[in-house]
Amino acid sequence: MNLFSIAWKSLKQRALPSMLTSFNVALGVMLMVAVLVCAGVVNRAFTQSSIPYNLVIGPRGSELQLVLSSVYRIDKAIAKLPYNFLAELKADKRITRAVPLVFGDTTEEGGFPVVGTTEEYFDMGAGPGEEYKLKGKKMKGDFDAIIGHTVALQNGWKLGHQFRLVHGSEDTGGHVHDETFLVVGILAPTQTANDKTVFIDIDGFFSIEGHDVKFDEVRTQLTQFWGSDPEKMALELGKLDALQEERAALPPDAHVHDTPDILKSLAAVLVQTREKSPFDPINITAEMRNGYQAQAVNPLLPMKKLNDDVIGWVKDVLIIMSVLILIVSGVSIFVSIYNSMSDRRREISIMRALGAPRSSVFGIILAESVLLCLIGGVLGWLLGHGLVFVAAPIITKQTGLLLDPWAFEWTELIVFPFLFVLAVIVGFLPALTAYRTDVAKNL
Amino acid sequence: MSLVLENVKKSYREPGGGVLPVLNIERFEIPKGEQVVLVGSSGGGKTTLLNIISGITLPNTGSVQVDGNEITKMAEVVRDRFRAERIGFVFQTFNLLPAFSALENVLLGMSFSTNGVNRKKAKDLLDRVGLSGRLNHKPTQMSVGEQQRVAVARSMANSPSLLLADEPTANVDTSNQDTILDLIRTTCSESQVSLLMVTHSPDVASQFDRVEQLADFNKPEGVTA
Repeated sequence: MNLFSIAWKSLKQRALPSMLTSFNVALGVMLMVAVLVCAGVVNRAFTQSSIPYNLVIGPRGSELQLVLSSVYRIDKAIAKLPYNFLAELKADKRITRAVPLVFGDTTEEGGFPVVGTTEEYFDMGAGPGEEYKLKGKKMKGDFDAIIGHTVALQNGWKLGHQFRLVHGSEDTGGHVHDETFLVVGILAPTQTANDKTVFIDIDGFFSIEGHDVKFDEVRTQLTQFWGSDPEKMALELGKLDALQEERAALPPDAHVHDTPDILKSLAAVLVQTREKSPFDPINITAEMRNGYQAQAVNPLLPMKKLNDDVIGWVKDVLIIMSVLILIVSGVSIFVSIYNSMSDRRREISIMRALGAPRSSVFGIILAESVLLCLIGGVLGWLLGHGLVFVAAPIITKQTGLLLDPWAFEWTELIVFPFLFVLAVIVGFLPALTAYRTDVAKNL
Repeated sequence: MSLVLENVKKSYREPGGGVLPVLNIERFEIPKGEQVVLVGSSGGGKTTLLNIISGITLPNTGSVQVDGNEITKMAEVVRDRFRAERIGFVFQTFNLLPAFSALENVLLGMSFSTNGVNRKKAKDLLDRVGLSGRLNHKPTQMSVGEQQRVAVARSMANSPSLLLADEPTANVDTSNQDTILDLIRTTCSESQVSLLMVTHSPDVASQFDRVEQLADFNKPEGVTA
């Protein structure tokens, strides 16, 4: 029989108080583990280093909102860019790839964000040098769709499944579009926002009724956007006037299916620049700032700032709270063991009479404290992961953040040495009481 | 000699500052294998004497030798180990640990010796005291007599050379008294273990060849703390 088995027997003898004390520790550990897991997931999600493009170009406004909406799909688009601006970007020699994005709709089932884009989006790869793994085929027709892994899993959608879109989202009272899309491809998990995204062809997106922009709106947009380039503005406004005249000549009941480029607008453009020219992104960013009503943003920077300024701070506060809860739990262990000492002087004296040295009875009490803490720690660790498991789908639904229910953070393991030290500290005084027990008086 | 006490003096400080002399023994000895019963009035120092012999308490002065080993000169941790290995204890109130089964209580007795735990020996000891069918019973699940038999088995766990028994039959009924007494004496005889038993019972005392009145060899007057 070693000290731990003797201590274990003693704890079993006081099963209820021991369980409650351990549970107290478990609650603190549960909170800490849940915070660490969630913070880790948020940290990874927001400092995603495997973005295969250098810049996100979008309308002027919040850089953070642009990145959140176009990369993480958890915010609305700021405004719109004229579609013809894409051609200008593509003509820029510094830009090797410019991929347009349009969004704003969600799936009727599950409320997943829908992104209209081109095949080039997938050509960019899931990360630098990392190909997308696709089950099925690429989008060919206007109403073909490729869905992310989470969409397939949660909605139970398979290749060949047909679905409809909601304009905006059901939460904001959007209406269901008549057009039906067909799942032709399912992406393998990427651990990015792509997992919860439904990709449709950009032409299909503009084929949906109501996705073209109204003439007055386009006129305002063009005037603002090309304000610094009067020549270009006149050209674009000329195209718009011609189209408006053409439409005015049509009979009132005529139905137009095609959306001309001048009536299209983009939410963002993802841009890859030349690999061997590190200053290209910097130059493009500066030019956008001076010229067009657009901005070019390195997708990593706003997220890093958000993480450093807000999320990291909130995480630290929650961890400090968890540590305080653990310390309070430690005090409860101290009280529990210390209170039991008066009842246990006889037991300790018996062991001493049987030849147990003072160091052994000291060790037995310390072992009890360590066992209470570690049992609570293991239970709390399991409960913490259970909490994440239960909360993951709710958090994903509410925030759009992908939270893996099985996520594990190596930093969680620090809880156990911390608990060990806490157990030794809170067990020290009761152990000292045992050490000093007068055997002759208590037998 | 199994036990030799020479010029042992012990007194306690009283709360009021005075000194209470308890023991003053010029010489007391027990040859190896002898069984001695010690009788005396309450508060006469019997339990203090047992504590001093076992090394739980140190005398103010004097020499205590068990099997030729001077225990008053030993460091406390050595004395604890010596007690675990060479001295068995049977208490009036059995002093079994309630969280432990009969077998575990015996194993606990072995846990603090250098020989370590020997499950087979522990089971054999419980078999010898007639409790082979009660190995996994907790003290609360056993009768008073059975509990004391476990205590006897535990006292022999490390094959001691001296067994100290402090009124081991005081809390058991008459029928169990003889059984316990017989068990202790037989066990000691078989293993050549010296026995010093404290009792208030004339019946018990009458069964021993050597009966010592504490007052006959303990003259506590004049002891200073």
